[in-house]
Amino acid sequence: MVSTQNRPRPVGYKPGVGSRASRVANFVGLCLLALVFLIPFYLIVRNALSTTEDITAPGWMWFPSEIQWGNFTELFNDEKVPMARSLLNSAMVSVLTTAGTLFLCTTAGYGLARIPYRHADKVFYAILATLMVPSAITFLPSFVMVSSLGWVSDLRGLIIPTLFNGFVAFLCRQYFLSFPRELEEAARVDGLGYWGSFWRIVIPNSKGFLAAIAVITFVTSWNSFLWPLVIGRSSDSWTVQVALSTFLTSQTVNLPQLFMAAAVAILPLVFVFLFLQRFLVQGVAQTGLKG
Amino acid sequence: MAVTDKTADPAPAAAGTSRRPRRRRTLGGRNLAFCYFVGPFLLGLIIFTYIPVGWSAYLSLFDARNTVTPTADDFVGIDNYAEMLTNPDFRRSLITFTVFAAIIVPITFASSLGLALAVNRVRLARAFFRSVFFLPFACSYVVASLVWKMSIFAGVRYGMANTVLGWFGIEDIPWLFGNDPPWFWLVIATLRLWIQCGFYMILFIAALQQIPEHLYEAAYVDGAKPGWQTFWHITLPQLRASSVAVLMLVLIAAYQAFDEFWNLLPNSGNVPYARTPLVYLFHTSLGTSQDLGRGSAGALILALLIAIVTLFQGKILGFGKPEGR
Repeated sequence: MVSTQNRPRPVGYKPGVGSRASRVANFVGLCLLALVFLIPFYLIVRNALSTTEDITAPGWMWFPSEIQWGNFTELFNDEKVPMARSLLNSAMVSVLTTAGTLFLCTTAGYGLARIPYRHADKVFYAILATLMVPSAITFLPSFVMVSSLGWVSDLRGLIIPTLFNGFVAFLCRQYFLSFPRELEEAARVDGLGYWGSFWRIVIPNSKGFLAAIAVITFVTSWNSFLWPLVIGRSSDSWTVQVALSTFLTSQTVNLPQLFMAAAVAILPLVFVFLFLQRFLVQGVAQTGLKG
Repeated sequence: MAVTDKTADPAPAAAGTSRRPRRRRTLGGRNLAFCYFVGPFLLGLIIFTYIPVGWSAYLSLFDARNTVTPTADDFVGIDNYAEMLTNPDFRRSLITFTVFAAIIVPITFASSLGLALAVNRVRLARAFFRSVFFLPFACSYVVASLVWKMSIFAGVRYGMANTVLGWFGIEDIPWLFGNDPPWFWLVIATLRLWIQCGFYMILFIAALQQIPEHLYEAAYVDGAKPGWQTFWHITLPQLRASSVAVLMLVLIAAYQAFDEFWNLLPNSGNVPYARTPLVYLFHTSLGTSQDLGRGSAGALILALLIAIVTLFQGKILGFGKPEGR
């Protein structure tokens, strides 16, 4: 883009613009697709605020005959459904996982990028090797380890094994390699060591990158299912995804309550999307393209 | 953490007091610094990745039911591997994965690229469209499965798909309960497409914005028609690196498919008609039989398979070249 601004454009060339008809068609098509993409969200809200009779009525009802706000309190008052507990578990797991991953992976990434240690290459390859096999495949080996540590049905088992994310450490290393060295040199002259310049110079100047990694880690952690299912053997260690799945696969379901639970489960992430989308988009671009 | 180490690094708090002599960086100081920066992570990686994989490899040689410390009597050698490789259920799970990948990889690729092109081209409300298509990424597979199973593709009259078909006089279809025809593939493919399409669209949009405008100008001067011709000869070649990245990410994600299969399809029924490798392993090792030996063997076979595919693909497609950034 920058380079084109200094030069005249070829006569008659209009960037990225087709005929008027095709532009209108493009816009209309996108509007229709957007509606289709929003249908599932609409269904969650509609069903969450309906009665079972409205949902299962023989004729399709676009809106509930009367909005049932009471479904919300009913969900949290139902003793068979540990909704409050599982939300709390999910919040704790996601927040601690994000904080821990960020701390461990940024320090490791910085050390690998900046400290000229003799065996740094070998350490880096040991981390790279773990990227070849997705962590989901190794759920069984990890379970063997966690169960012998006695961390089954325990928040420690849900959180700690997921912190040592080779991929995030790899991303951090790549990022710190491109961090301007001059800033750190200045810190060195002022007498700061690696640790000091990392916390006082590098971290405060990397907020955008850290926010992107944090948001993507949080979303992944909140939505993860297989590992919490493996570890959450008793209902007081369920995350919200495991709780939802248990209702979904149980024999009798209360439809409005089920959808109310789904609405509550996605609410935190809808907020993340509304307020932090910039970082999320940045995080996706980073995690996707550098991997 | 090793923050207490004062010999290698002056405490940051002391830095501002007065001018202090510049510290000579000894080799020992560097090594120590590397230890406390990388050490904790490396230790965790060893404890939670390397040791478990080694332990699993050990267990896979034993008849280890319900135990992680089998005795020497239970040693069975490579029997677990032989049994897994000849086990019809395990093989069927690999076929399920293959079918799934063959459906989901091309569809996801084409849709996310198409969406990216359309969103990149629109002038009005571009940010809005981008957000709407990306929003499903906020949904977990569990939540999406819930909506797909209980509302959109509920096999009864009040399901949305059946309602719409009903307007055209078509009978109710039992989307998820039956293998003939296998309608469940439609349910599973649309679900994953809905969640991940926007994610890859973001990647493609980022790449599209990197394409220098002067390429299109040159094409115009050379008489290329806007539309298919410029797309085919300019846009697509310029997206090569991102296309490779997206194809690989979609495929690797498909290998790990578990959530929607677990939540949508009957697990314990007599007809487990579509189990992915992970679902099968879950049942073998953590289901009623708790067969950790055979489960471990299966997990290692699968891990090896993925590592080979990843390396192979990376070699062939030149993944990780500098242009990929």
